[in-house]
Amino acid sequence: MVDVAFQSSRTAAAQTGRRRAGLRNALRRKSMSAFLMTLPLILLIAVLVIYPALYSLHLATLNKAMTKFVGFGNFEFLFKRETFWLVVKQSCIFAISAVVFKALIGFIVAHFVHNVPANKQRKWRGMLLVPWVIPPAMSTLAWLWLFDPSYSAFNYTLAFFGLGPIPWTGDAMWARFSVILVNVWYGAPFFMIMYLAALKSVPEQLYEAAAIDGANWWQRIWYVTLPMMRNIIAITTLFSLIVTFANFDIVRILTAGGPLDHTHIFATWAFRVGIEGSDIPLGASVSLFMVPILAVAAIFILRDITKRGNES
Amino acid sequence: MSRKKLSRREFVAATALSSAALITAPYVRGAYAAGKLSMGFWDHWVPGANSASTELVNEWAAKEKVEVQLDYITSQGNKNIVTIAAEAQAKSGHDIFQMPTWWPQANAELLEPVNDIMDPLLKLNGDVNGTVKYLGQADGKWLGVPASVGSQIKGPCSRIDLMKKYANIDVQEMYPAGSPPKADNWTLDTFLKAAEACHKAGFPFGIGLGETSDNVDTAGAIFNSFGAQLVDAKGNLTVKTDAVRQSLEFYKKLLAFLPPDVAAWDDASNNKWLVAGKGAMIMNPPSAWAVAKRDAPQVAEQCWTHGFPAGPKGRFAPYLPFFWSIWSFSKNKEAAKSLLSHLSQPASIEKMVVASGGYDLPAYEKLTTLKIWEEVGPPKGTLYHYPNPFKHQTLSMAASPAPPKVAQQIYFQATLTKMCLRYYQGESMEKTLAWAEGECEGFMRS
Repeated sequence: MVDVAFQSSRTAAAQTGRRRAGLRNALRRKSMSAFLMTLPLILLIAVLVIYPALYSLHLATLNKAMTKFVGFGNFEFLFKRETFWLVVKQSCIFAISAVVFKALIGFIVAHFVHNVPANKQRKWRGMLLVPWVIPPAMSTLAWLWLFDPSYSAFNYTLAFFGLGPIPWTGDAMWARFSVILVNVWYGAPFFMIMYLAALKSVPEQLYEAAAIDGANWWQRIWYVTLPMMRNIIAITTLFSLIVTFANFDIVRILTAGGPLDHTHIFATWAFRVGIEGSDIPLGASVSLFMVPILAVAAIFILRDITKRGNES
Repeated sequence: MSRKKLSRREFVAATALSSAALITAPYVRGAYAAGKLSMGFWDHWVPGANSASTELVNEWAAKEKVEVQLDYITSQGNKNIVTIAAEAQAKSGHDIFQMPTWWPQANAELLEPVNDIMDPLLKLNGDVNGTVKYLGQADGKWLGVPASVGSQIKGPCSRIDLMKKYANIDVQEMYPAGSPPKADNWTLDTFLKAAEACHKAGFPFGIGLGETSDNVDTAGAIFNSFGAQLVDAKGNLTVKTDAVRQSLEFYKKLLAFLPPDVAAWDDASNNKWLVAGKGAMIMNPPSAWAVAKRDAPQVAEQCWTHGFPAGPKGRFAPYLPFFWSIWSFSKNKEAAKSLLSHLSQPASIEKMVVASGGYDLPAYEKLTTLKIWEEVGPPKGTLYHYPNPFKHQTLSMAASPAPPKVAQQIYFQATLTKMCLRYYQGESMEKTLAWAEGECEGFMRS
């Protein structure tokens, strides 16, 4: 009996020792400590991102009174609504045109800044980043005053040249132009800074080699710069596409979706339907509709990046 | 260490003495003996107006020994309705929430009925108008107590000088301070002629056709004046009717005399229009006049708030009430009811109305003739007819009498102003009506 007891305690001690050593080894492993260090952030994301996302999925499957499960009923209802398809069309016009112009302007400005002597670059970078660092709700208010239907500063200036007045937010086409313009103004600096960083990482020898081969500036951009920047362009475009599709503040402040719903995008219409119209399940369905669109874009863009990564 | 032993006799004596002392001692209530109560009140536009509510709440809290937490939540950026949605989802938050217009109905299942305090209040303060009943009652249950704070009529605020000079209308004579209105001739036809005259003179009426509240409210009153309803009280579609067609025809004529950019107007545009001295009339509560008093006194001196023009089916004015509602998940419902009763006493209501400079309108009929509306100026009497003291117009809500949950969609999707704009911009009448009918069908989902 005693022997048995003695043996069992020895075994237990050995097991505890092994467990401790195992824990020590696990902690010593880099992946484990990395996981533990990122755990607070993972928990934060779980609480603030994953839970709301799942909750909105749940909401989107309920009826208006939120008392009954209706499956895809809300989506079926949306697909029959004229306004919904108007919103889909506008969201695509808004996001695609804004991202294209942001990328184009960012690319051009990044080249200008890249060619500024190194000691003056910091000043330019700082100034050009200003639109991006001002909270968009605040800067859009300033734009609202510039576009004001009755007291537009732009129209006041145009009047000196015998032009205008332009209904910046009162006419469907001009209102679309205005919201896209403000989004481009706000987002172009982000592209600029990303492209500038990418430009700096292109080895100078490649340009020298291209120059020896007699490449002109366009050929240098087409055959050297663009291929070297492809990944950063793809990632920046994807990121911006997601953010622009999900934009809310600029449209909400500038036009609130008007006139005649011609500037509504997913987020603003979801707010109108869900919060102002007290139809939260339908609002959740509207906002979730952009997920498959963005997922498809993300798959294509990321697949391309992975492919290039494997090739290199 | 010696220790004295307690004898049985001593123990009995001590127990008897302590019991006697406990029984005979006076009951001392702690500072917050009746628990806690939290409130989410609307943050008033008028500077200093919140202080009256705070004082009344603190006065009640001190008397009832309740610990109170009072939050003023702005409606800027719809923060108040976002908070309502969040609290409704979480089933947690304030005990009392001050809800605007449609929200008691939208959250009817989550609100504590307050009939037990409404019945005595109605006896004390008089009946409430039809719009308050339409928005505040569901199946005979009161979903909240009508709050005077923030409740308003969005009637015409005219420029005395411009209306006299260009439209040949003396608004002071039509709506004399201290006397009943002499407004029999103040009809939609007269209104249209005045709009044309002021437009020709370069001072068009500032009536928006955007998608925000002020724009929709005016359209709602005009539609009601023609008897036009998109959905009737029983939930039937009534878009394709003569009354709706007449309303659209009227708006088509009116739009020609309004500023060209009204499609983009929000709730601030009409206020700026009046304060900048650019127009002869806007439809608004007296906040625009109050701003003019501060920023453009020469404009404020010429402002006169009065009744709506009458249409073929009567004279309707937009009335937007707020309600103090108690969430069903509140943990101190009795205290909440006691506070709401205190806030609805005539003296409390008058205190809040005075603090708002006459902006707030009590819903009760005995409280529409408070002194403040007679006295406030300049010009003196400018707000006399603001609270509709002679009940010469029906206080209404845009999209009513449709079932409130349908009407809320019509209201926030601005279906009325969109119809007017579509028709004005050249769409055929039948196409506009078909579009509106499709929209309303969608709003009926449950």
